[in-house]
Amino acid sequence: MSLASFLKSRLIPAKLDEQINRIRKPIGSLGYDPWGFNNETFKYGFSLTKPIYEKYFRTEAHGVDHMPADGPVLIVGNHSGQLPIDGILVGYALASREKNPRIPRAMIERFFPTVPWLGNLLNGVGAALGDPLNCARMLANNEAIIVFPEGVRGSGKLYRDRYKLQRFGNGFMHLAMKYNAAIVPIGIVGCEETIPAIANIKPLAKALGVPYAPVAMPVILPAKVHLNFGPPMYFEGGDISEEQVNERVEQVKAEINRLIDKGLAERKGLF
Amino acid sequence: MNVPKNIQRKPQILITGAAGATAQRVIERLRETCDLVAVDARIQVPLGDDIPSYCIDFNHRSFEDLFRRYQFDGVIHLGRIRSSQLTRLRRYNANVLGTQKLLDLSHKYGIQRIVVLSTFHVYGAMAYNPALIDESAPMKSAGLSADLIDSVELENLANLYLWRFPELNITILRPCNIVGPSVQNTMGRLLASHRAPVLAGFSPMMQFMHIDDMADAIVLAYNKPVRGIFNVASDDWVAYQRALELSGCTRIPVPSIPPVLPRLILRTLRLQSFPAYLMEFFKYPVVIDGQAFAKEFGFQPKRPLKEIFRFYRDNKRPL
Repeated sequence: MSLASFLKSRLIPAKLDEQINRIRKPIGSLGYDPWGFNNETFKYGFSLTKPIYEKYFRTEAHGVDHMPADGPVLIVGNHSGQLPIDGILVGYALASREKNPRIPRAMIERFFPTVPWLGNLLNGVGAALGDPLNCARMLANNEAIIVFPEGVRGSGKLYRDRYKLQRFGNGFMHLAMKYNAAIVPIGIVGCEETIPAIANIKPLAKALGVPYAPVAMPVILPAKVHLNFGPPMYFEGGDISEEQVNERVEQVKAEINRLIDKGLAERKGLF
Repeated sequence: MNVPKNIQRKPQILITGAAGATAQRVIERLRETCDLVAVDARIQVPLGDDIPSYCIDFNHRSFEDLFRRYQFDGVIHLGRIRSSQLTRLRRYNANVLGTQKLLDLSHKYGIQRIVVLSTFHVYGAMAYNPALIDESAPMKSAGLSADLIDSVELENLANLYLWRFPELNITILRPCNIVGPSVQNTMGRLLASHRAPVLAGFSPMMQFMHIDDMADAIVLAYNKPVRGIFNVASDDWVAYQRALELSGCTRIPVPSIPPVLPRLILRTLRLQSFPAYLMEFFKYPVVIDGQAFAKEFGFQPKRPLKEIFRFYRDNKRPL
Protein backbone atom coordinates (compact mmCIF):
# COMPACT_ATOMS: atom_id res chain seq x y z
CA MET A 1 0.00 0.00 0.00
CA SER A 2 1.48 3.36 -1.00
CA LEU A 3 1.77 6.17 1.53
CA ALA A 4 -0.92 8.15 -0.30
CA SER A 5 -3.47 5.35 -0.18
CA PHE A 6 -2.58 4.55 3.45
CA LEU A 7 -3.15 8.19 4.42
CA LYS A 8 -6.36 8.27 2.46
CA SER A 9 -7.69 5.14 4.14
CA ARG A 10 -6.92 6.61 7.57
CA LEU A 11 -8.06 10.17 6.99
CA ILE A 12 -10.94 9.86 4.55
CA PRO A 13 -13.61 7.34 5.54
CA ALA A 14 -15.82 6.03 2.72
CA LYS A 15 -18.80 8.04 4.00
CA LEU A 16 -16.88 11.32 3.83
CA ASP A 17 -15.53 10.42 0.41
CA GLU A 18 -19.05 9.87 -0.85
CA GLN A 19 -20.37 13.00 0.90
CA ILE A 20 -17.80 15.25 -0.83
CA ASN A 21 -18.24 13.53 -4.19
CA ARG A 22 -21.96 14.30 -4.05
CA ILE A 23 -21.44 18.06 -3.82
CA ARG A 24 -21.78 19.65 -7.26
CA LYS A 25 -18.59 21.31 -8.47
CA PRO A 26 -17.56 22.65 -11.86
CA ILE A 27 -14.37 20.58 -12.23
CA GLY A 28 -12.59 18.98 -15.17
CA SER A 29 -11.88 15.33 -15.97
CA LEU A 30 -8.92 15.11 -13.55
CA GLY A 31 -10.73 16.69 -10.60
CA TYR A 32 -9.28 20.20 -10.95
CA ASP A 33 -10.89 23.55 -11.66
CA PRO A 34 -9.12 26.54 -13.28
CA TRP A 35 -8.16 28.00 -9.89
CA GLY A 36 -6.49 24.81 -8.69
CA PHE A 37 -9.31 23.39 -6.56
CA ASN A 38 -8.86 19.65 -6.34
CA ASN A 39 -11.50 17.28 -5.07
CA GLU A 40 -9.01 14.92 -3.41
CA THR A 41 -7.05 17.71 -1.70
CA PHE A 42 -10.33 19.12 -0.42
CA LYS A 43 -11.23 15.78 1.18
CA TYR A 44 -7.96 15.83 3.15
CA GLY A 45 -8.53 19.45 4.14
CA PHE A 46 -12.09 18.70 5.23
CA SER A 47 -11.01 15.68 7.24
CA LEU A 48 -8.21 17.57 9.01
CA THR A 49 -10.46 20.56 9.75
CA LYS A 50 -13.17 18.44 11.40
CA PRO A 51 -11.39 18.02 14.79
CA ILE A 52 -10.23 21.65 14.70
CA TYR A 53 -13.81 22.84 14.08
CA GLU A 54 -15.52 20.47 16.50
CA LYS A 55 -12.97 19.84 19.25
CA TYR A 56 -10.48 22.70 19.32
CA PHE A 57 -12.74 25.69 18.70
CA ARG A 58 -16.01 23.87 19.61
CA THR A 59 -17.66 25.91 16.90
CA GLU A 60 -21.37 26.61 17.07
CA ALA A 61 -22.98 27.58 13.78
CA HIS A 62 -26.45 29.12 13.75
CA GLY A 63 -28.58 29.89 10.71
CA VAL A 64 -26.38 27.90 8.35
CA ASP A 65 -29.53 27.02 6.39
CA HIS A 66 -29.88 30.65 5.34
CA MET A 67 -27.33 29.82 2.69
CA PRO A 68 -29.13 29.29 -0.66
CA ALA A 69 -28.80 25.74 -2.02
CA ASP A 70 -27.51 26.95 -5.37
CA GLY A 71 -26.74 30.04 -7.43
CA PRO A 72 -24.08 32.70 -6.90
CA VAL A 73 -23.56 33.73 -3.28
CA LEU A 74 -21.19 36.04 -1.44
CA ILE A 75 -20.73 35.13 2.22
CA VAL A 76 -19.67 38.40 3.80
CA GLY A 77 -18.31 38.54 7.31
CA ASN A 78 -16.04 40.25 9.80
CA HIS A 79 -12.36 39.30 9.56
CA SER A 80 -10.14 38.81 12.57
CA GLY A 81 -7.43 36.79 14.26
CA GLN A 82 -4.25 37.37 12.21
CA LEU A 83 -4.62 33.99 10.42
CA PRO A 84 -7.57 33.09 8.16
CA ILE A 85 -9.01 30.65 10.72
CA ASP A 86 -12.41 32.37 10.39
CA GLY A 87 -12.54 31.58 6.66
CA ILE A 88 -11.67 27.91 7.28
CA LEU A 89 -14.38 27.52 9.95
CA VAL A 90 -17.05 29.22 7.80
CA GLY A 91 -16.07 27.00 4.87
CA TYR A 92 -16.30 23.86 6.98
CA ALA A 93 -19.69 24.88 8.41
CA LEU A 94 -21.14 25.20 4.90
CA ALA A 95 -19.50 22.10 3.43
CA SER A 96 -20.62 19.94 6.36
CA ARG A 97 -24.22 21.10 6.64
CA GLU A 98 -26.77 18.28 6.45
CA LYS A 99 -28.96 19.63 3.68
CA ASN A 100 -27.50 20.92 0.42
CA PRO A 101 -23.87 21.27 1.49
CA ARG A 102 -21.78 23.64 -0.61
CA ILE A 103 -18.04 24.04 -1.00
CA PRO A 104 -17.46 27.76 -0.69
CA ARG A 105 -14.45 29.43 -2.25
CA ALA A 106 -12.26 31.95 -0.46
CA MET A 107 -10.37 34.92 -1.82
CA ILE A 108 -6.83 35.07 -0.45
CA GLU A 109 -4.13 37.70 -0.16
CA ARG A 110 -1.84 38.25 -3.15
CA PHE A 111 1.09 37.20 -1.01
CA PHE A 112 0.05 33.52 -0.68
CA PRO A 113 0.64 32.29 -4.26
CA THR A 114 4.32 33.17 -3.87
CA VAL A 115 4.73 30.86 -0.85
CA PRO A 116 5.89 27.35 -1.87
CA TRP A 117 3.56 24.48 -0.90
CA LEU A 118 1.15 26.72 1.02
CA GLY A 119 -0.03 28.56 -2.10
CA ASN A 120 -0.86 25.31 -3.93
CA LEU A 121 -2.40 23.80 -0.81
CA LEU A 122 -4.75 26.76 -0.35
CA ASN A 123 -5.73 26.59 -4.02
CA GLY A 124 -6.34 22.87 -3.66
CA VAL A 125 -8.91 23.33 -0.90
CA GLY A 126 -10.77 26.05 -2.79
CA ALA A 127 -9.01 29.35 -2.10
CA ALA A 128 -8.10 31.59 -5.02
CA LEU A 129 -6.15 34.78 -5.53
CA GLY A 130 -8.26 37.74 -4.37
CA ASP A 131 -8.70 39.32 -7.76
CA PRO A 132 -12.01 40.87 -8.89
CA LEU A 133 -11.74 38.92 -12.17
CA ASN A 134 -11.47 35.64 -10.27
CA CYS A 135 -14.44 36.58 -8.10
CA ALA A 136 -16.52 37.55 -11.13
CA ARG A 137 -15.73 34.32 -12.97
CA MET A 138 -16.62 32.25 -9.94
CA LEU A 139 -19.96 34.02 -9.48
CA ALA A 140 -20.66 33.43 -13.16
CA ASN A 141 -20.00 29.73 -12.39
CA ASN A 142 -22.69 29.91 -9.63
CA GLU A 143 -20.14 29.44 -6.87
CA ALA A 144 -20.40 30.57 -3.24
CA ILE A 145 -17.51 32.80 -2.18
CA ILE A 146 -16.38 33.83 1.28
CA VAL A 147 -15.43 37.50 1.26
CA PHE A 148 -13.97 39.65 4.00
CA PRO A 149 -14.35 43.20 2.69
CA GLU A 150 -12.18 44.53 5.52
CA GLY A 151 -9.21 42.60 4.09
CA VAL A 152 -5.99 42.87 6.09
CA ARG A 153 -7.46 45.86 7.94
CA GLY A 154 -9.68 43.34 9.70
CA SER A 155 -7.41 40.33 10.14
CA GLY A 156 -4.41 42.40 11.21
CA LYS A 157 -6.16 44.64 13.75
CA LEU A 158 -5.07 44.68 17.35
CA TYR A 159 -6.90 43.08 20.25
CA ARG A 160 -8.00 46.45 21.61
CA ASP A 161 -10.01 46.97 18.37
CA ARG A 162 -11.76 43.58 18.55
CA TYR A 163 -15.26 43.39 17.08
CA LYS A 164 -14.97 46.91 15.64
CA LEU A 165 -15.66 46.61 11.93
CA GLN A 166 -13.01 48.32 9.84
CA ARG A 167 -13.66 50.08 6.53
CA PHE A 168 -15.34 47.83 3.96
CA GLY A 169 -14.26 47.84 0.33
CA ASN A 170 -17.18 48.26 -2.10
CA GLY A 171 -16.00 45.69 -4.64
CA PHE A 172 -18.16 42.88 -3.27
CA MET A 173 -21.34 44.95 -3.64
CA HIS A 174 -20.57 45.81 -7.27
CA LEU A 175 -20.01 42.12 -8.01
CA ALA A 176 -23.15 41.04 -6.16
CA MET A 177 -25.24 43.54 -8.16
CA LYS A 178 -23.64 42.60 -11.46
CA TYR A 179 -24.06 38.84 -11.04
CA ASN A 180 -27.34 38.91 -9.05
CA ALA A 181 -25.55 37.16 -6.22
CA ALA A 182 -27.16 36.74 -2.82
CA ILE A 183 -25.19 38.25 0.07
CA VAL A 184 -25.25 36.04 3.16
CA PRO A 185 -23.99 38.11 6.10
CA ILE A 186 -22.16 36.37 8.90
CA GLY A 187 -21.06 37.50 12.34
CA ILE A 188 -17.99 35.63 13.59
CA VAL A 189 -17.32 35.70 17.32
CA GLY A 190 -14.33 34.04 18.95
CA CYS A 191 -11.65 34.33 16.29
CA GLU A 192 -10.54 37.70 17.72
CA GLU A 193 -9.40 35.78 20.81
CA THR A 194 -7.46 33.04 18.97
CA ILE A 195 -4.32 35.16 18.38
CA PRO A 196 -4.70 38.41 20.31
CA ALA A 197 -2.09 40.90 19.07
CA ILE A 198 -0.95 43.89 21.07
CA ALA A 199 1.12 45.61 18.38
CA ASN A 200 2.09 45.45 14.74
CA ILE A 201 5.76 45.80 13.77
CA LYS A 202 5.32 47.58 10.44
CA PRO A 203 9.03 47.78 9.41
CA LEU A 204 9.39 44.03 9.96
CA ALA A 205 6.24 43.36 7.91
CA LYS A 206 7.62 45.53 5.13
CA ALA A 207 11.00 43.78 5.22
CA LEU A 208 9.36 40.36 5.05
CA GLY A 209 6.89 41.40 2.38
CA VAL A 210 3.91 40.32 4.52
CA PRO A 211 0.80 42.40 5.29
CA TYR A 212 1.52 42.69 9.04
CA ALA A 213 3.87 41.36 11.73
CA PRO A 214 1.86 41.06 14.95
CA VAL A 215 3.30 40.98 18.45
CA ALA A 216 1.39 38.03 19.87
CA MET A 217 1.84 34.77 21.70
CA PRO A 218 3.20 32.10 19.34
CA VAL A 219 0.17 29.95 19.95
CA ILE A 220 -3.41 29.76 18.68
CA LEU A 221 -5.69 29.91 21.69
CA PRO A 222 -8.70 27.54 21.77
CA ALA A 223 -11.37 30.25 22.00
CA LYS A 224 -14.93 29.07 21.49
CA VAL A 225 -16.22 30.26 18.12
CA HIS A 226 -19.80 31.27 17.31
CA LEU A 227 -20.84 31.66 13.68
CA ASN A 228 -24.15 33.43 13.09
CA PHE A 229 -25.40 33.39 9.51
CA GLY A 230 -28.06 35.94 8.60
CA PRO A 231 -30.83 35.72 5.99
CA PRO A 232 -29.63 36.37 2.42
CA MET A 233 -29.73 39.98 1.22
CA TYR A 234 -30.45 40.81 -2.41
CA PHE A 235 -29.52 44.04 -4.16
CA GLU A 236 -30.81 44.88 -7.59
CA GLY A 237 -28.30 45.74 -10.27
CA GLY A 238 -28.43 48.87 -12.39
CA ASP A 239 -26.45 52.02 -12.81
CA ILE A 240 -26.35 53.62 -9.37
CA SER A 241 -23.96 56.14 -7.88
CA GLU A 242 -21.06 55.17 -5.64
CA GLU A 243 -22.85 56.96 -2.81
CA GLN A 244 -25.81 54.61 -3.17
CA VAL A 245 -23.41 51.65 -3.29
CA ASN A 246 -21.92 52.95 -0.02
CA GLU A 247 -25.39 52.97 1.52
CA ARG A 248 -25.93 49.36 0.50
CA VAL A 249 -22.54 48.38 1.93
CA GLU A 250 -23.55 50.10 5.18
CA GLN A 251 -26.74 47.99 5.26
CA VAL A 252 -24.64 44.82 5.04
CA LYS A 253 -22.26 46.18 7.66
CA ALA A 254 -25.16 46.93 10.01
CA GLU A 255 -26.49 43.38 9.59
CA ILE A 256 -23.03 41.92 10.33
CA ASN A 257 -22.80 44.13 13.44
CA ARG A 258 -26.19 42.79 14.55
CA LEU A 259 -24.99 39.20 14.05
CA ILE A 260 -21.73 39.91 15.95
CA ASP A 261 -23.74 41.34 18.86
CA LYS A 262 -25.95 38.25 18.80
CA GLY A 263 -22.84 36.03 19.00
CA LEU A 264 -21.33 38.09 21.82
CA ALA A 265 -24.60 37.86 23.76
CA GLU A 266 -24.73 34.10 23.21
CA ARG A 267 -21.27 33.28 24.45
CA LYS A 268 -20.82 32.50 28.11
CA GLY A 269 -17.03 32.77 28.22
CA LEU A 270 -14.02 33.21 26.00
CA PHE A 271 -13.08 29.49 26.04
CA MET B 1 -11.32 28.74 -48.39
CA ASN B 2 -14.60 30.61 -48.48
CA VAL B 3 -13.69 33.32 -50.98
CA PRO B 4 -11.89 31.65 -53.87
CA LYS B 5 -10.47 33.89 -56.58
CA ASN B 6 -11.39 31.36 -59.21
CA ILE B 7 -14.15 28.83 -58.71
CA GLN B 8 -12.46 26.39 -61.10
CA ARG B 9 -9.37 25.90 -59.00
CA LYS B 10 -8.73 24.78 -55.47
CA PRO B 11 -7.73 27.46 -53.00
CA GLN B 12 -3.99 27.88 -52.82
CA ILE B 13 -2.46 28.24 -49.38
CA LEU B 14 1.05 29.02 -48.23
CA ILE B 15 1.95 27.15 -45.05
CA THR B 16 5.02 28.31 -43.14
CA GLY B 17 6.98 26.31 -40.59
CA ALA B 18 6.39 23.18 -42.66
CA ALA B 19 8.96 21.13 -40.76
CA GLY B 20 7.04 21.47 -37.50
CA ALA B 21 4.72 18.78 -36.17
CA THR B 22 1.69 21.09 -36.17
CA ALA B 23 2.24 22.14 -39.80
CA GLN B 24 2.59 18.52 -40.90
CA ARG B 25 -0.82 17.74 -39.44
CA VAL B 26 -2.42 20.84 -40.93
CA ILE B 27 -0.99 19.83 -44.32
CA GLU B 28 -2.46 16.34 -43.92
CA ARG B 29 -5.89 17.84 -43.31
CA LEU B 30 -5.81 20.32 -46.18
CA ARG B 31 -3.93 18.52 -48.94
CA GLU B 32 -7.06 16.97 -50.49
CA THR B 33 -9.09 20.13 -50.70
CA CYS B 34 -6.43 22.81 -51.25
CA ASP B 35 -3.32 23.40 -53.30
CA LEU B 36 -0.60 23.82 -50.72
CA VAL B 37 2.84 25.33 -50.86
CA ALA B 38 5.08 24.59 -47.88
CA VAL B 39 7.91 26.77 -46.64
CA ASP B 40 10.36 26.36 -43.82
CA ALA B 41 13.31 28.52 -42.96
CA ARG B 42 15.26 25.60 -41.48
CA ILE B 43 14.99 22.62 -43.85
CA GLN B 44 13.30 21.54 -47.05
CA VAL B 45 10.57 19.11 -46.09
CA PRO B 46 9.72 16.32 -48.55
CA LEU B 47 5.92 16.37 -48.87
CA GLY B 48 5.34 14.41 -52.08
CA ASP B 49 4.89 15.54 -55.68
CA ASP B 50 1.66 17.40 -55.10
CA ILE B 51 3.02 19.88 -52.55
CA PRO B 52 5.93 22.11 -53.54
CA SER B 53 8.20 22.56 -50.56
CA TYR B 54 10.84 25.24 -50.14
CA CYS B 55 13.57 26.12 -47.68
CA ILE B 56 13.67 29.92 -47.73
CA ASP B 57 14.48 32.63 -45.23
CA PHE B 58 11.49 35.03 -45.24
CA ASN B 59 13.87 37.97 -45.22
CA HIS B 60 15.52 36.79 -48.42
CA ARG B 61 14.50 38.48 -51.69
CA SER B 62 13.69 35.12 -53.30
CA PHE B 63 10.78 34.70 -50.86
CA GLU B 64 8.76 37.16 -52.96
CA ASP B 65 9.22 34.89 -55.99
CA LEU B 66 6.87 32.42 -54.33
CA PHE B 67 4.12 35.07 -54.32
CA ARG B 68 4.87 35.83 -57.97
CA ARG B 69 4.83 32.16 -58.95
CA TYR B 70 1.72 31.06 -57.07
CA GLN B 71 -1.61 32.82 -56.71
CA PHE B 72 -2.03 32.41 -52.97
CA ASP B 73 -5.48 32.88 -51.51
CA GLY B 74 -4.36 32.45 -47.95
CA VAL B 75 -1.45 32.02 -45.57
CA ILE B 76 -1.20 29.83 -42.48
CA HIS B 77 1.76 31.16 -40.56
CA LEU B 78 3.01 28.45 -38.22
CA GLY B 79 6.71 29.21 -38.66
CA ARG B 80 7.45 30.79 -35.33
CA ILE B 81 10.89 29.89 -34.02
CA ARG B 82 10.45 28.74 -30.43
CA SER B 83 12.16 30.59 -27.62
CA SER B 84 14.35 27.56 -26.97
CA GLN B 85 15.81 27.73 -30.48
CA LEU B 86 18.55 29.94 -31.96
CA THR B 87 19.84 33.15 -30.44
CA ARG B 88 17.69 36.14 -29.45
CA LEU B 89 18.85 38.15 -32.46
CA ARG B 90 18.25 35.38 -34.99
CA ARG B 91 14.86 34.69 -33.43
CA TYR B 92 13.99 38.37 -33.67
CA ASN B 93 15.01 38.41 -37.34
CA ALA B 94 13.03 35.29 -38.14
CA ASN B 95 9.95 35.86 -35.99
CA VAL B 96 9.50 39.61 -36.11
CA LEU B 97 11.17 40.85 -39.29
CA GLY B 98 10.34 37.64 -41.16
CA THR B 99 6.67 37.92 -40.18
CA GLN B 100 6.61 41.56 -41.21
CA LYS B 101 7.95 40.59 -44.62
CA LEU B 102 5.33 37.85 -44.91
CA LEU B 103 2.52 40.24 -43.99
CA ASP B 104 3.79 42.93 -46.34
CA LEU B 105 3.91 40.48 -49.23
CA SER B 106 0.47 39.16 -48.31
CA HIS B 107 -0.87 42.70 -48.52
CA LYS B 108 0.94 43.39 -51.79
CA TYR B 109 -0.36 40.23 -53.48
CA GLY B 110 -3.95 40.51 -52.25
CA ILE B 111 -4.09 37.59 -49.81
CA GLN B 112 -7.57 37.32 -48.30
CA ARG B 113 -7.02 35.07 -45.30
CA ILE B 114 -4.18 34.75 -42.79
CA VAL B 115 -3.97 32.58 -39.67
CA VAL B 116 -1.06 33.30 -37.33
CA LEU B 117 -0.06 30.84 -34.63
CA SER B 118 1.07 32.62 -31.48
CA THR B 119 1.35 31.23 -27.93
CA PHE B 120 -0.19 31.69 -24.48
CA HIS B 121 3.31 32.61 -23.29
CA VAL B 122 2.61 36.18 -24.38
CA TYR B 123 0.44 36.71 -21.28
CA GLY B 124 3.41 36.03 -18.99
CA ALA B 125 3.42 33.97 -15.79
CA MET B 126 2.87 36.02 -12.64
CA ALA B 127 1.72 35.31 -9.12
CA TYR B 128 -1.06 37.86 -9.61
CA ASN B 129 -2.56 36.30 -12.74
CA PRO B 130 -6.26 35.62 -12.42
CA ALA B 131 -7.49 32.34 -13.89
CA LEU B 132 -9.27 32.10 -17.25
CA ILE B 133 -7.40 34.98 -18.87
CA ASP B 134 -9.28 36.29 -21.88
CA GLU B 135 -7.94 37.79 -25.07
CA SER B 136 -8.16 41.39 -23.87
CA ALA B 137 -5.68 40.83 -21.02
CA PRO B 138 -2.34 42.63 -21.39
CA MET B 139 0.67 40.76 -22.76
CA LYS B 140 3.03 40.99 -19.83
CA SER B 141 5.68 38.48 -20.82
CA ALA B 142 7.93 40.97 -22.63
CA GLY B 143 8.48 42.72 -19.31
CA LEU B 144 9.28 39.46 -17.56
CA SER B 145 11.82 37.88 -19.89
CA ALA B 146 13.86 39.22 -22.80
CA ASP B 147 13.65 35.77 -24.36
CA LEU B 148 9.93 36.15 -24.92
CA ILE B 149 10.08 39.61 -26.51
CA ASP B 150 10.04 38.24 -30.07
CA SER B 151 6.84 36.26 -29.33
CA VAL B 152 5.10 39.43 -28.13
CA GLU B 153 6.50 41.52 -30.98
CA LEU B 154 5.29 38.98 -33.53
CA GLU B 155 1.81 39.35 -32.06
CA ASN B 156 2.00 43.12 -32.00
CA LEU B 157 2.90 43.13 -35.66
CA ALA B 158 0.11 40.76 -36.61
CA ASN B 159 -2.25 42.93 -34.54
CA LEU B 160 -1.16 46.03 -36.35
CA TYR B 161 -1.82 44.46 -39.74
CA LEU B 162 -5.08 42.99 -38.45
CA TRP B 163 -6.53 46.45 -37.87
CA ARG B 164 -4.69 48.39 -40.59
CA PHE B 165 -5.52 45.95 -43.40
CA PRO B 166 -8.87 44.36 -42.58
CA GLU B 167 -8.98 42.80 -46.06
CA LEU B 168 -6.18 40.44 -44.97
CA ASN B 169 -8.67 38.81 -42.53
CA ILE B 170 -6.02 38.01 -39.94
CA THR B 171 -6.81 35.61 -37.11
CA ILE B 172 -4.25 35.20 -34.35
CA LEU B 173 -4.41 32.01 -32.29
CA ARG B 174 -2.95 31.80 -28.81
CA PRO B 175 -2.94 28.11 -27.89
CA CYS B 176 -2.11 26.60 -24.51
CA ASN B 177 0.62 23.91 -24.29
CA ILE B 178 0.52 21.87 -27.51
CA VAL B 179 1.58 18.29 -26.80
CA GLY B 180 1.33 14.83 -28.33
CA PRO B 181 3.26 12.52 -30.65
CA SER B 182 6.34 14.07 -32.29
CA VAL B 183 5.92 17.42 -30.51
CA GLN B 184 9.36 18.74 -29.63
CA ASN B 185 8.51 21.89 -27.69
CA THR B 186 9.51 22.40 -24.05
CA MET B 187 6.40 20.78 -22.60
CA GLY B 188 6.46 17.90 -25.09
CA ARG B 189 10.05 17.11 -24.14
CA LEU B 190 9.27 17.25 -20.42
CA LEU B 191 6.29 14.92 -20.60
CA ALA B 192 8.23 12.52 -22.82
CA SER B 193 11.22 12.33 -20.50
CA HIS B 194 11.78 9.83 -17.70
CA ARG B 195 12.74 12.52 -15.22
CA ALA B 196 11.41 16.05 -15.24
CA PRO B 197 12.44 19.00 -13.08
CA VAL B 198 9.87 20.78 -10.91
CA LEU B 199 10.24 23.84 -8.71
CA ALA B 200 9.90 22.54 -5.16
CA GLY B 201 6.55 23.57 -3.67
CA PHE B 202 5.08 24.88 -6.94
CA SER B 203 2.68 23.03 -9.18
CA PRO B 204 0.81 25.59 -11.28
CA MET B 205 -2.40 24.79 -13.09
CA MET B 206 -1.83 24.08 -16.75
CA GLN B 207 -3.80 23.35 -19.90
CA PHE B 208 -2.81 20.96 -22.64
CA MET B 209 -4.03 20.56 -26.19
CA HIS B 210 -3.38 17.47 -28.28
CA ILE B 211 -1.55 18.34 -31.48
CA ASP B 212 -4.31 16.76 -33.60
CA ASP B 213 -6.91 18.94 -31.88
CA MET B 214 -4.70 21.97 -32.49
CA ALA B 215 -4.41 21.10 -36.18
CA ASP B 216 -8.22 20.80 -36.30
CA ALA B 217 -8.49 24.21 -34.62
CA ILE B 218 -6.17 25.82 -37.21
CA VAL B 219 -8.13 24.32 -40.11
CA LEU B 220 -11.42 25.46 -38.55
CA ALA B 221 -10.02 28.94 -38.08
CA TYR B 222 -8.74 29.10 -41.64
CA ASN B 223 -12.08 28.05 -43.08
CA LYS B 224 -14.06 30.79 -41.32
CA PRO B 225 -12.68 34.24 -42.09
CA VAL B 226 -13.35 35.92 -38.77
CA ARG B 227 -10.75 38.50 -37.84
CA GLY B 228 -9.46 38.71 -34.30
CA ILE B 229 -7.38 37.21 -31.54
CA PHE B 230 -8.43 33.94 -29.94
CA ASN B 231 -7.15 31.77 -27.12
CA VAL B 232 -7.30 28.08 -27.92
CA ALA B 233 -7.69 25.82 -24.90
CA SER B 234 -10.01 23.15 -23.59
CA ASP B 235 -12.18 23.37 -20.47
CA ASP B 236 -9.95 21.03 -18.54
CA TRP B 237 -7.09 21.73 -16.21
CA VAL B 238 -4.41 19.88 -14.31
CA ALA B 239 -1.55 20.80 -11.98
CA TYR B 240 1.90 20.53 -13.58
CA GLN B 241 3.24 17.95 -11.15
CA ARG B 242 0.12 15.82 -11.50
CA ALA B 243 0.53 15.93 -15.28
CA LEU B 244 4.09 14.64 -14.91
CA GLU B 245 2.91 11.92 -12.57
CA LEU B 246 0.22 10.80 -15.04
CA SER B 247 2.80 10.82 -17.83
CA GLY B 248 5.04 8.48 -15.86
CA CYS B 249 7.79 11.05 -15.16
CA THR B 250 9.87 11.01 -12.02
CA ARG B 251 9.85 14.51 -10.56
CA ILE B 252 13.20 16.09 -9.71
CA PRO B 253 12.66 19.02 -7.33
CA VAL B 254 14.76 22.13 -7.89
CA PRO B 255 15.06 24.43 -4.83
CA SER B 256 12.63 27.27 -5.38
CA ILE B 257 13.47 29.84 -2.71
CA PRO B 258 14.96 32.39 -2.73
CA PRO B 259 13.93 32.93 -6.38
CA VAL B 260 17.48 33.77 -7.42
CA LEU B 261 18.58 30.20 -6.57
CA PRO B 262 16.50 28.25 -9.15
CA ARG B 263 17.31 30.89 -11.77
CA LEU B 264 21.02 30.39 -11.10
CA ILE B 265 20.69 26.61 -11.19
CA LEU B 266 18.72 26.62 -14.46
CA ARG B 267 21.08 29.09 -16.13
CA THR B 268 24.00 26.89 -15.13
CA LEU B 269 22.39 23.66 -16.30
CA ARG B 270 21.07 25.24 -19.55
CA LEU B 271 18.42 22.54 -19.92
CA GLN B 272 16.51 22.91 -23.17
CA SER B 273 13.43 21.32 -21.66
CA PHE B 274 13.45 23.51 -18.53
CA PRO B 275 14.93 26.85 -19.55
CA ALA B 276 15.50 29.66 -17.06
CA TYR B 277 13.33 32.15 -19.00
CA LEU B 278 10.31 29.84 -18.68
CA MET B 279 10.90 29.29 -14.96
CA GLU B 280 7.94 31.45 -13.95
CA PHE B 281 5.63 29.29 -16.08
CA PHE B 282 6.52 26.35 -13.83
CA LYS B 283 5.79 28.43 -10.78
CA TYR B 284 2.66 30.46 -11.49
CA PRO B 285 -0.39 29.55 -13.55
CA VAL B 286 -1.36 31.05 -16.89
CA VAL B 287 -4.83 29.60 -17.37
CA ILE B 288 -6.49 30.94 -20.48
CA ASP B 289 -10.14 31.03 -21.49
CA GLY B 290 -10.82 29.36 -24.82
CA GLN B 291 -14.57 30.00 -24.82
CA ALA B 292 -14.55 32.74 -27.47
CA PHE B 293 -12.77 30.53 -30.00
CA ALA B 294 -14.92 27.49 -29.16
CA LYS B 295 -18.10 29.53 -29.66
CA GLU B 296 -17.05 31.41 -32.79
CA PHE B 297 -15.56 28.46 -34.66
CA GLY B 298 -17.55 25.60 -33.12
CA PHE B 299 -14.39 24.00 -31.74
CA GLN B 300 -14.45 21.11 -29.32
CA PRO B 301 -11.21 19.21 -28.56
CA LYS B 302 -11.62 15.48 -29.04
CA ARG B 303 -8.64 14.09 -27.13
CA PRO B 304 -9.04 14.19 -23.32
CA LEU B 305 -6.14 14.88 -20.96
CA LYS B 306 -6.04 11.28 -19.79
CA GLU B 307 -5.42 10.10 -23.34
CA ILE B 308 -2.63 12.65 -23.82
CA PHE B 309 -0.84 11.57 -20.65
CA ARG B 310 -1.42 7.88 -21.35
CA PHE B 311 0.42 8.31 -24.65
CA TYR B 312 3.44 9.79 -22.88
CA ARG B 313 3.36 7.11 -20.18
CA ASP B 314 3.23 4.29 -22.73
CA ASN B 315 5.84 5.73 -25.08
CA LYS B 316 8.78 6.63 -22.92
CA ARG B 317 11.40 4.66 -24.85
CA PRO B 318 10.41 5.03 -28.50
CA LEU B 319 10.52 8.81 -28.19
